[in-house]
Amino acid sequence: MNVRVHETEVLIIGAGATGSGIMRDLALRGIHCLLIDRRDLNAGASGGNHGLLHSGGRYATADAETAAECRREGEILKRLAPECIDDCGGLFVAVEGDDPDFAARFPEHCRVAGIPCEALTPAEAREREPALPETVFAAYTVPDATIDPFRIVLENVGQAQQANGSRYLPHTGVEGFDIEDGEIVRTRCRDHRCGDPVEIRARQVVNASGAWAEKVARLAGCTDVTLLCSKGTLLISNARVTNGVVNRLRPPDDGDILVPGGTVSLLGTSSVTVEDPDDIRPTIAEVDRILAEGAAMLPILNETRFVRAFSGVRPLLRAPGSESDGRKANRGFALFDHEDQGLTNFVTVAGGKFTTFRLMAEKAGDLVARRLGNSEPCKTALVPLPSGDALRWTDPGAAARDWYRRADPTDMILCECEMVARSAVDTILAEAPGAEDHMSLRAIALRSRIGKGACQGAFCALRVMAHLYDRGVYDGPDGLRQARDFVEGRFRGVRPVLWGAQMPQAELAEILHCGLAGMDLAAAEDEGRTG
Amino acid sequence: MKRRSRRIDTDLAVIGTGIAGFAASLFACRRGLEVAQFGHSGAMAYTTGYLDLLGVQDGRVLDDPWDGLGALRRETPEHPLARLPDETIRTAFGLFTEALTEMGLGYTAPGERNLRALLPNGLVKSTLSVPQTMLPGCEALAQRARTLVLDFDGLQGFSARAFEANLAERWPGLSSARLTFPGMEDRQVFPEVMARALETRQTREALVDLIRPQLDGAEYVGLPAILGMQAPDRIRTEMEAALGATLFEIPTIPPAVPGIRLREGFERTMPERGVTLDPVLKVSRVRFGAAGATLTLHGAMEDIEVEARAVLLATGRFLSGGLRADRTQVSETLLGLPIRQTESRNDWYRKDYFDPAGHPVNRLGIEVDASFRPVDAAGDPVQDTLFSAGAILAHQDWVRQRCGAGLAIASAYAAVDSAAAHLTPEGQPPDRSVRSDR
Ligand SMILES: Cc1cc2nc3c(=O)[nH]c(=O)nc-3n(C[C@H](O)[C@H](O)[C@H](O)COP(=O)(O)OP(=O)(O)OC[C@H]3O[C@@H](n4cnc5c(N)ncnc54)[C@H](O)[C@@H]3O)c2cc1C
Ligand SMILES: Cc1cc2nc3c(=O)[nH]c(=O)nc-3n(C[C@H](O)[C@H](O)[C@H](O)COP(=O)(O)OP(=O)(O)OC[C@H]3O[C@@H](n4cnc5c(N)ncnc54)[C@H](O)[C@@H]3O)c2cc1C
Repeated sequence: MNVRVHETEVLIIGAGATGSGIMRDLALRGIHCLLIDRRDLNAGASGGNHGLLHSGGRYATADAETAAECRREGEILKRLAPECIDDCGGLFVAVEGDDPDFAARFPEHCRVAGIPCEALTPAEAREREPALPETVFAAYTVPDATIDPFRIVLENVGQAQQANGSRYLPHTGVEGFDIEDGEIVRTRCRDHRCGDPVEIRARQVVNASGAWAEKVARLAGCTDVTLLCSKGTLLISNARVTNGVVNRLRPPDDGDILVPGGTVSLLGTSSVTVEDPDDIRPTIAEVDRILAEGAAMLPILNETRFVRAFSGVRPLLRAPGSESDGRKANRGFALFDHEDQGLTNFVTVAGGKFTTFRLMAEKAGDLVARRLGNSEPCKTALVPLPSGDALRWTDPGAAARDWYRRADPTDMILCECEMVARSAVDTILAEAPGAEDHMSLRAIALRSRIGKGACQGAFCALRVMAHLYDRGVYDGPDGLRQARDFVEGRFRGVRPVLWGAQMPQAELAEILHCGLAGMDLAAAEDEGRTG
Repeated sequence: MKRRSRRIDTDLAVIGTGIAGFAASLFACRRGLEVAQFGHSGAMAYTTGYLDLLGVQDGRVLDDPWDGLGALRRETPEHPLARLPDETIRTAFGLFTEALTEMGLGYTAPGERNLRALLPNGLVKSTLSVPQTMLPGCEALAQRARTLVLDFDGLQGFSARAFEANLAERWPGLSSARLTFPGMEDRQVFPEVMARALETRQTREALVDLIRPQLDGAEYVGLPAILGMQAPDRIRTEMEAALGATLFEIPTIPPAVPGIRLREGFERTMPERGVTLDPVLKVSRVRFGAAGATLTLHGAMEDIEVEARAVLLATGRFLSGGLRADRTQVSETLLGLPIRQTESRNDWYRKDYFDPAGHPVNRLGIEVDASFRPVDAAGDPVQDTLFSAGAILAHQDWVRQRCGAGLAIASAYAAVDSAAAHLTPEGQPPDRSVRSDR
């Protein structure tokens, strides 16, 4: 068997916000890391979240500490990565039927957590957000913002690669650890694309695998990490619905936050405790419930066109009462040094929020650096993030602006909904973090807006695939398989929002994927072949 | 400006300008009926150009579609194609391809077996009839002949290299090359624009000059479908003579030339056959009375009222606007015809996109009786004078079964048959073949 071996100072497991944040943190201290993910960047919660850079308002009532943490971290990220952030501001609004006492206490809770909060009259609120209904009776502004979770993670990795040659390896999953004398000497992994075993030797191992952190810790014999997996579902609209973030001013429940994301809006979320963080998908029942709740706050959502839904799993720290209701779980994070479990070079960091990933990375980085005898201080609160050419294609609207600005007649558009040009795909192929020889359509889509517009991959899957053959990325049927994989994956999220204007899109997509590209028959044939 | 209003009297009003609608008008003309047809023929430009009868049955690719129809009759007798005898289907299909050929778009006559026709990514499709411009591709594949496939700088979604990569193992004599289309350097190029450019002799000659040095002994040369708009067969013959190799076209991502040819062909020739045609106008309302129906249409400058003795509804599915879905149900848009629903939206789509069973929503549609008249929940015709054909019909999944054109053509034929029988009960159609005043 052909075992590939990698060596590094620190192995980081899980390429979400936390893992990539730790990579950046350590690389800026001069420590070499290898970041791995069994799938790819943001395959977990970091790619399946609301994109809300919390002001802390959401937690002000129940958890002042988390709220204050969110506020501080939000301020840092706004300063260091403005290109990833839309500082659009947010409102908390109560509508007829909501508890007036809960609403009335909100400003005081914000004051305690240090969150700037200003009361608006219903008329002022509706002037700011014309989509709000007449039934609004209380409204407060907070400094909520939105963050492009893909771009900032790409930037984390990009900066670490640049700083000291730290590396990122996709589709490499941890399967076990070899432990000798209280140390992990080898991490046994598998390359999920070709099935080959991969072995990694590192002085320190960091487990940043989000909702999977408990599983991964157990592989190392550690029983101290106990998580609650809370699935949340979100809906993506075809166009931006509100100017800023709109939160429902009530105890957290389904469908009470609408977050703009560039040219679209995201409505969510639900919270369902699940046993297993794998193979989750949004359901029709969830979508209908989120929509019904959301429409109570913003009736316009009843007429809004939604193009997709998706789900993520929150890694929450267990707390009393949290088994039945994930929303009661602690939103803070924890660092496990596993020393009482008999290990001296293993760290797990779990829980928290996207908003607080930098802080989580700092804490983990401090511990790992100390263990390695590195005395460099954490620099992540001071050094701005880079915004390189291969990192910027996840921003809705960026590709279109770029294309119009350059006005190059030879640069054709491969994805018409999102205006992603051939040159953008080429840049990603050449230099995006995790770019590799046989980059899949899924991997390119993750690093751009391909497949994310109204057609949800009906045309662009075929066009990008043709282009990848032209570029020599594929030279056999593998490309067709990858395209199929991609559209199959998109369908999971498309299925629950199929009604109205998305029905013709779905019909056309199926005609093209089956009638013109023969994907259904190829799929059946492949399955027959593998038994 | 003041809006004008206009009245049209006709035997049959055909609503829809897809394949089903045009086939219906064609068959109705043959029967001597007066026809007025309306719709928006946009979706037609999306077809590959292949005319399928039945390419897949139970997830199995069919060589013999007639055999497949036998199985269909046993397994899903409510399928619109299963309700028609082979003879009817064969006749309808044959008349349709003949009409296309008369239009200047040569099509192969429907045979006993399906053809193995090429798809743009190098896969193949089982279909019954193909444009003559595409037939040599089937032959080249069958013989594994020495073949060169070309694509063009700036053409998106069609890669000769992908085509070659996916067939190379089975077809060693295949090679690929990329050309710059004459006069279209350094820019994005579109099949429709290239096809129109090839209508001029100089462009054809220039293209042949570019292909010739690439030939290297190839007997066949495959191109994306761009060989002219109105007379592709003539253009192909002429270029073949100049090149000394057999040319064939390969379908492309829509909007594609073979579909535009069909659309333009029908829009040009149906009025010549006596059909009152408006291919860019939707019907807004239909009211049924004792003697037929009144259709209301609102054009840009005028309102039209059509008095029709019978109506044929061929408005297609979601893409064409014949059906609509909200969060709880699927409905028919023009007449609110009853549709048997699934239990909930959860049953519309299966969990896996490529589930070989297909998605149940694709089989929802209009239920018809043996005369292709839409029926109510009790199974009785909604109107004596209303008939329906094409993709809007229930109990078929034309995309997965590869039966789109066959379904449209055969059901149109049957529906027109019934309409004609209703309009001329004595069996003798009125002779209108000599009317020259329109
Ligand atoms: C629906 C929803 C909405 C949310 N909204 C917000 C919000 O608006 N604002 C906010 O601040 N936070 C939000 N959060 C929380 C936030 O998304 C998460 O806390 C954060 O993304 C967690 O990041 P992470 O890197 O720790 O974990 P993840 O992003 O889950 O990363 C873990 C990674 O580990 C990988 N992995 C797992 N097992 C293995 C293995 N064996 N080997 C190798 N790799 C492995 C996975 O593939 C995954 O990529 C939301 C969460 C959800 C679910
Ligand atoms: C992308 C694509 C690829 C295809 N590829 C193939 C192929 O490879 N092989 C094959 O055999 N067939 C193919 N087909 C064609 C397919 O056979 C036909 O689309 C199908 O049979 C349905 O035909 P139809 O005429 O019933 O409906 P449609 O083609 O959908 O036509 C419906 C018509 O009704 C009109 N309409 C709707 N509402 C109104 C109204 N209120 N008033 C007036 N008009 C109205 C629409 O404008 C449209 O003209 C393809 C179709 C598409 C869209």
